[in-house]
Amino acid sequence: MGMTMTQKILAAHAGLDSVEAGQLIMAKLDVVMANDITGPMALPIFKQMADNVFDKDKVVLVPDHFTPNKDIKSAENSKAIREFAKEQGLSWYFEQGKSGVEHAILPEAGVVTAGECIIGADSHTCTYGALGAFSTGVGTTDISTGMATGELWFKVPDAVKFVLTGKPQEYVSGKDIIIHIIGKIGVDGALYKSMEFTGDGIEHLSMDDRFTIANMAIEAGAKNGIFPVDAKTKEYLKEHCKKEFTVYEADADAVYEQVVEIDLSKVRPTVAFPHLPGNAKTIDEIEAMEPIKIDQVVIGSCTNGRMSDLRKAAAVLKGRRVHEDVRVMVVPATQKIYKQCIAEGLLDIFIDAGCAVNTPSCGPCMGGHMGVMAAGEKCVSTTNRNFVGRMGHVESLIYLASPETAAASAIAGYIANPEKVGGNRS
Amino acid sequence: MKALGHVFKYGDNVDTDVIIPARYLNSFDAKELASHAMVDIDPEFAGKVQPGDMIVANKNFGCGSSREHAPLCLKTAGVSCVIAETFARIFYRNAINIGLPIIECPEAAKGIEAGDEVEIDFDSGRIYNRTRGTQFQGQAFPEFMQELIAAGGLVNYTNSKKEV
Repeated sequence: MGMTMTQKILAAHAGLDSVEAGQLIMAKLDVVMANDITGPMALPIFKQMADNVFDKDKVVLVPDHFTPNKDIKSAENSKAIREFAKEQGLSWYFEQGKSGVEHAILPEAGVVTAGECIIGADSHTCTYGALGAFSTGVGTTDISTGMATGELWFKVPDAVKFVLTGKPQEYVSGKDIIIHIIGKIGVDGALYKSMEFTGDGIEHLSMDDRFTIANMAIEAGAKNGIFPVDAKTKEYLKEHCKKEFTVYEADADAVYEQVVEIDLSKVRPTVAFPHLPGNAKTIDEIEAMEPIKIDQVVIGSCTNGRMSDLRKAAAVLKGRRVHEDVRVMVVPATQKIYKQCIAEGLLDIFIDAGCAVNTPSCGPCMGGHMGVMAAGEKCVSTTNRNFVGRMGHVESLIYLASPETAAASAIAGYIANPEKVGGNRS
Repeated sequence: MKALGHVFKYGDNVDTDVIIPARYLNSFDAKELASHAMVDIDPEFAGKVQPGDMIVANKNFGCGSSREHAPLCLKTAGVSCVIAETFARIFYRNAINIGLPIIECPEAAKGIEAGDEVEIDFDSGRIYNRTRGTQFQGQAFPEFMQELIAAGGLVNYTNSKKEV
């Protein structure tokens, strides 16, 4: 029986010729990552199991959630993982000022590559599936075990195959596509499973689009999301990563629990309404409603804080002003992206439009700091979750959207169609 | 191993951000986390929950973030078991790893209401609703899983095996 791409990677890392869905395996890990929320909690557990990490080149720590530290407790937590990284001599410790948001910095710095088996103590670790890796989020006990032993048990997942065809419309990007998909299959539509993306439509998706799509696989309940390795992937890896990589392809007779066809040319700019990433509404449906006035816009995060995201937002904001009732935070996901924004004049565009530009951090996405919302406020955000209270008060509302829709909404003061730049409804 | 308690009932997609909001994640002190358990969906939960009480919910319980703080705060608050139609996968793993019993049982999720008094026998997987006199069959907990829970989670369980 044929294997899916995910199953092939897992089989190789378990030292097996083949695996099938439901099988329990012990797999070797190529990268084990934790952040400033999950890392400090892991240290006392890790110390019960081992004195040293299994491989100082493979254990990665990224303080990014509450950094620059928002309070004394978070400073103590960052200090704990900083000292641990030094004591263990970790090759990959990403200090603020030299790094960024974990799921943007790991691919950018070449820590992760195609064909690898990766765990991270953060649910959006599934992002690296864009590179053709098996990558999944785990909790603290699992990450501690991974740090100590370099192995973890997995249940081999079933898969849902997504056949992407056609070319996306001009104002449609990875975010619209993944919200459309989650809207179609539901927030538990891929529960416990792999989301395997295939089809000739993929050639029209930039690496940044693919990172965005793989990033939100968890929002459909998936164990991982994964893209095939093509010329764009190889070009990206050549630019960013020095590691050798292996390309895995699904067998022609691989078994999928379900096959979903998506014609990318028909996907419209799409927004996820409160309080689930699957509450998808097209911009056309939204334009038929009463305007939804907003108070805040966030453009950034591990989902949409990459260079092409910020270029798209800037193209909408250029020469315009943010609506007087709206606060905008632009958060470049890494220092390199931040600097590139400066080089390309994007920071001028953002600041002239009236946006705040934050230092790279997860910050507002999970209501951590630098953009927490009050009761009754509404936010259009390029982040990945719109759960109750996610960005602040339980009575605040989050609408998930693409960078272009977010930028258009910032100007209009309500959720606006990026195709009508500036949000004018005439 | 048995559990007995009253039920707190919730719906679909109870996410980890409502179980323990990120604003409290600057701490991983279990008692402190427990004092904020479920605050964004049920502000009265932490004050009302008694040792042995249970949570019953519908689909996809624990979706969202990978924070192990979520099952940890429920266990520390006194929750003896979470019964749901389905669980999100990271929560499922985390719950077992920290020794919080969870049972996937769609029939029980439908047949148990808030405030019901429920008894669970983990050996047989039997879930008995004392209030309504109804019974449901969940998956029995294998011996190692019961030992793991009794030890307080995977780490203690693994260490206890090492010492033997």
